[in-house]
Amino acid sequence: MSDPEQAQEKLLSMVESLYDQFQEGIVPYLALPSRTKNNIEYDKDGEVWVYGDQKSLRSVKTIRGAKSLLRTSHLVELLIKEHLRHNRGSTLREIYYISENWDLAKFGEQGESDRLVEDLEIVTSLQREDFHVRPEEDGATVFGPLEIREQTRRGMRDIHCQEDVGEAGYQIPFNVDNIQFKDHDARLVLALETGGMYARLIENGFDQEYDVILVHLKGQPARSTRRMIRRLSLELGLPVAVFTDGDPWSYRIFASVAYGSIKSAHLSDYLVTPSAQFLGVQPTDIVDYDLSTDKLTDQDLHALRSELTDPRFETDYWKEQIKLQLDLKKKAEQQAFAGKGLDFVTKEYLPKRLSEMGLI
Amino acid sequence: MWGPSSSPLFSLIMEIAEELAKQQRAISVAEFFEKNRQILGFDSAPRSLLTPVKEAVDNALDACEEMGILPDIFVQIGRRGELFHVVVEDNGPGIVTEEVPRVFAKLLYGSRFHVLKQSRGQQGIGISAGVLYSQLTTGKPTRVISKIGPGHKACRFQLMINTATNEPEILESVVQDWDRPHGTRVEMELEGSYVRSRRQSIYSYLKNVAIVNPHARITLKEPDGNVETFERATEKLPKPAYEIQPHPRGLELGGLIKMLRYTEKRKLSSFLKGTFSSIGTITAQELCDLAELDSNRPPSELTYREAQRLIEAFRKVRLKSPPTDCLSPIGEELIRMGLDKEYRVDFVATSTRSVSVYSGNPFLVEVGLAYGGELKSDGKVGVLRFANRVPLLYQQGGCGITHAIENVSWRTYSLSQPGGGIPTGPAGILVHVASTNIPFTSESKDAIADVPEIVSEVELGLKDVGRKLRRHLSRQNALSARREKEEIIRTLLPRIAEKLADLLDREKPDINPVVAKIMSSLLVKRKLVLENGQTLVTIEVANYTESARSFRLHEMLPLEATSVDPSARVVPIGDDYDHLWDISLKPGEARRLSYALPAEEARFSDLVVEGQPSDVVAGARTVET
Repeated sequence: MSDPEQAQEKLLSMVESLYDQFQEGIVPYLALPSRTKNNIEYDKDGEVWVYGDQKSLRSVKTIRGAKSLLRTSHLVELLIKEHLRHNRGSTLREIYYISENWDLAKFGEQGESDRLVEDLEIVTSLQREDFHVRPEEDGATVFGPLEIREQTRRGMRDIHCQEDVGEAGYQIPFNVDNIQFKDHDARLVLALETGGMYARLIENGFDQEYDVILVHLKGQPARSTRRMIRRLSLELGLPVAVFTDGDPWSYRIFASVAYGSIKSAHLSDYLVTPSAQFLGVQPTDIVDYDLSTDKLTDQDLHALRSELTDPRFETDYWKEQIKLQLDLKKKAEQQAFAGKGLDFVTKEYLPKRLSEMGLI
Repeated sequence: MWGPSSSPLFSLIMEIAEELAKQQRAISVAEFFEKNRQILGFDSAPRSLLTPVKEAVDNALDACEEMGILPDIFVQIGRRGELFHVVVEDNGPGIVTEEVPRVFAKLLYGSRFHVLKQSRGQQGIGISAGVLYSQLTTGKPTRVISKIGPGHKACRFQLMINTATNEPEILESVVQDWDRPHGTRVEMELEGSYVRSRRQSIYSYLKNVAIVNPHARITLKEPDGNVETFERATEKLPKPAYEIQPHPRGLELGGLIKMLRYTEKRKLSSFLKGTFSSIGTITAQELCDLAELDSNRPPSELTYREAQRLIEAFRKVRLKSPPTDCLSPIGEELIRMGLDKEYRVDFVATSTRSVSVYSGNPFLVEVGLAYGGELKSDGKVGVLRFANRVPLLYQQGGCGITHAIENVSWRTYSLSQPGGGIPTGPAGILVHVASTNIPFTSESKDAIADVPEIVSEVELGLKDVGRKLRRHLSRQNALSARREKEEIIRTLLPRIAEKLADLLDREKPDINPVVAKIMSSLLVKRKLVLENGQTLVTIEVANYTESARSFRLHEMLPLEATSVDPSARVVPIGDDYDHLWDISLKPGEARRLSYALPAEEARFSDLVVEGQPSDVVAGARTVET
């Protein structure tokens, strides 16, 4: 994390460049990497996906561009004058509501203000935490043989993520860099899409039996969850497996853990776990285990086809799996294994699949 | 051979025939009506109320038009317990006393059935079917008052139809004073139901009548006492329609044989000249020669085979088109007035096609298109169909006019058309077909048949108004782009400059150089619409600079686009395809380019303008030539 002085300086230098454009008679603009599927590329050094060279120009020549620059200047004013100078902060949702007072520059929906905060991250190469902007969602939870030390506003806390927590596990704070890993007995990190599967594995004692740190992703994982997984992987040297539903949206959940997301590729170096492996549910599992399925909807099919052209899925493994699923026209949930008995997933599927992957 | 015989089989057949003959009796008019309610337009309660009003209004308009009177029509619908009380009064020429009973109380009595001329009514079923319906549902007579001129007295009747004989029954006939100079008033009671809100209501019917008859004033008094007046938009009467003789093209054999038999002409040549339009002495002789017939033969003596040869000759010989003055178009100006009067819209385009012929019948198509204003932009475009100035409210889906609208590719004309069919958008389409003989699909005259000649003429008219709409909209777009720029300069730029200066604690920067650049730029804009799995792309290019601009526009796509208009040069580059257009725009000029891509392939990079300095171009990247 950078200090408030540095954040303020970086924001002001962006403001200054816009100001200078006015002075020099250049129609003011901001150039940002275009945040589309077409413009993410593989960075060999960091083994992550980052934005490419395509830029999108935000120029005052159009109403949209002019509005966006006006919003940018309002937002920078808020970040500098309210947040950084007074050491305070707001959530993303609060920023959306604060903009109610900006009349012409008011955001139409929270998505717009969220994107603008991301834009500022990109322009300044900082993170929203540096501007004292917090996400709304609480972090997801962790359960397993791991002991951490968390710096809280009320002092240091030492917490063991099996012994000191309730059945729900340890809640990841929004700033993951406030925790240290003290000790662990784990062999592996297993990230789970659904709360149902997370609870099933805890109930069946899977974490104890195989020394696994379970991470609940809660759907598309929050930044803090992804940061936590990356730190577990890098700092403790643990392998990571991701277990999701077997549908195109879940593959994107895996992709955002392992390769980064299109929306926040500028933070890939900070959030992504390139060594993470996809465990399932694989389309081949649907066939091999004869799982109960649902039909793919038109949106599902469209999403699958679009993954075929997504650079993050450009591997033989994924091409084969996606093509098989397009043929099957079916999808399966993690919970489909319950159809074979409540213990099937922990006694049969996971041990078999994890040893196949060389993880146990 | 059939013949007298004493065989047992023969006498058995005779017995059965006699028995059958005893059971046979004339089908009464009432029975005929009951069995044919739907084809006469009495199939539902709302429609049963509408049909008599419609017939009376049609008659009134026809009568006024023939006599050159500006129509003033009053319609009143009142509730009487379960029943409805209907009054239709006009200021027409009136009906002579002797004719009144037959006009109102005898089915198939009409003056227009045998006449080839554009008129609203044709068969003579109309108003008398209303009288019959009223009498069947309420048992009450219809009251009629009519007066033919200021010097005359009015006659008042109470009429019913004798359902056994189809003859009028006069319950009362009085001569009296009436304060109107001339006109007719019909009053009847009947079963039905009154609706206002929907498309097929008396209200919409009269509103539509008012649109295509802008010379008429129509007043409607509704059951709740509300009075709607559709004012006239012009004092000018439509051009009167003339009676014509049939045109031989398209005549059928049966028709010809009937004409041959009943003609008063003694010679074939004078029959041909005198009975048909477009046949003179020379053509008549040519026809007789072709058919190998003596031109002096009496027409009634021609045999079946000879008539056949004559029909064939009609098809071979070159004939003049039928005369066209028998048709009375509404005219582009009056269509515009009519639409303007009833709808508040931004734009009206009209088109009148010249007269064409189908099966020997001259016809003419007029099309109007209204856009914007109070018309709703979601949902399908409203369609107003008219045949000889009569609104068609029912069976829209089965009508040739509708099919013609569906055949047109409206996207070309800036209206979306999801799934083909009727387009959507804030527009209304009016189509009027005028003919001496409208080919309806059924007796209830709800829909025009799919006659290829008519459908094609309607399509041509629609395309014409479509082109006018497209031109109008691209002009509007250029205007709105200008307004957009003004908004940027007036409100957004000063505020941005102020905020930036405030954050840096410096003087407010001078925004004028930037303003100048924004005002005069070459604007490029891409718009996307998703339709049926296709992404339809339009690129608008507008030159707001002070000088002419020539440049090359590049659009890089992952595959070759389809429906590219105007066509583009395509150059494969790597895995992508560069689409190139060479464009020259005068100051103030704008152009629209369009193409389509499968939705899942719709990935775009920035548009690139080659050959213009970057500070002139807005909405696209620039590269040096």
